[in-house]
Amino acid sequence: MNKKNQKTEWPLWEVFYQPKDGKPFEHAGSVHAPDAEMALQNARDTYARRNEGIAFWVVPSDQIVASTPEDVGPFFDPANDKPYRHPQFYSVPRAVKKRK
Amino acid sequence: MDTQQQLDEFQKRIDNGETIEPKDWMPERYRKQLIRMMSQHAHSEIVGMLPEGNWITRAPSLKRKMVLLAKVQDEAGHGLYLYSATETLGAERRELVEDYLYGNAKYSSIFNYPTLTYADICVIGWLVDGAAIVNQTMLAKSSYGPYARANLRICKEESFHKKQGYEMLAKMADGTPEQQRMAQDAVNRWWWPTLMMFGPHDSDSPNSAELIKWAVKTKTNDELRQHFVDRMVMEAEAIGISLPDPNLKYNEETGHWDFGDIPWDEFWSVVKGDGPMNRERMRARRKAYEDGEWVREAAMEYARKKKLREGKAS
Ligand SMILES: [Fe+2]
Ligand SMILES: [Fe+2]
Repeated sequence: MNKKNQKTEWPLWEVFYQPKDGKPFEHAGSVHAPDAEMALQNARDTYARRNEGIAFWVVPSDQIVASTPEDVGPFFDPANDKPYRHPQFYSVPRAVKKRK
Repeated sequence: MDTQQQLDEFQKRIDNGETIEPKDWMPERYRKQLIRMMSQHAHSEIVGMLPEGNWITRAPSLKRKMVLLAKVQDEAGHGLYLYSATETLGAERRELVEDYLYGNAKYSSIFNYPTLTYADICVIGWLVDGAAIVNQTMLAKSSYGPYARANLRICKEESFHKKQGYEMLAKMADGTPEQQRMAQDAVNRWWWPTLMMFGPHDSDSPNSAELIKWAVKTKTNDELRQHFVDRMVMEAEAIGISLPDPNLKYNEETGHWDFGDIPWDEFWSVVKGDGPMNRERMRARRKAYEDGEWVREAAMEYARKKKLREGKAS
């Protein structure tokens, strides 16, 4: 038990990467870094040693706002009673269907 | 306190094969067990850089230096994926690291063995990374989402680790008599400690049943170990290396290779801190951490001042 509780902990950043041109960004994980510039460099060294990403976003973890599992029901239920948002809700004349 | 109803609902989700995400309700014990297991896995990746790092400057060619450097850097990456995943459970990175450096957290006992010759580097890639692949392939299907995803990422990199080791070992086994002797000697020393990597027999592994019930693991220590032995017997034979176990024998009935008794006394003494390299590994890790403190501080201070300057300029 020598030195305990050293004080410096760099802030946490969430890392998102774009795997390929034209693809949407995905969450990769997180890194610790003192500032945005180093967060990007750490993200590259940690999550793209084999060109897994061609672009990165880093966001301070405490700036992410997420929905909570507890209110998943009420939060998403406005979508549940709207079958008319799906194409299957509508009928199409037989002749047109066949030509697909 | 977790209520019975909550526990039942949680178990139902697990049995349905659902993935548990950081904000989902989970039993306190599930969280605790995961933090213990995941941080132990992370510490192992980090300390695992030391035995191989020992040979980077002395690797026999520029190509082998580059390969070893890339492999060791990957292991640092694995440690970081896993720390990052453990932090989603509410643990702090610094606490995790300090619990390992100054507290009771453990790491895989395999890294408490010395790398005496360059052949050890070949054998580590083949056997130690080979065993890690068996374990991590299972963990990539773990019920805890961040842990499963970290392991998936790791698995994508491990096959390079294993193949570079196996290729080098095959070359040595096909080399001069002295190289052949070195290769065989390294295999002889690493074989049993590698089998211990899968942990004690199921009957002596108190955590195993619980982790399987929660689908953190899906196979027992003994199942994984058997799978590994079956594979390695074939791979050893293919390159003319023998495994140091006179009791290895194919069992027609089970379709598996039976093997001799694992020296568990040695395992427990290494776990308790008396392996050949335990003290040296801990010393090196503490030194790296403590020597790095001023760098972490300076970088924070630099970031703070830069922000101040930017604030003034605008
Ligand atoms: Fe690894
Ligand atoms: Fe590895």
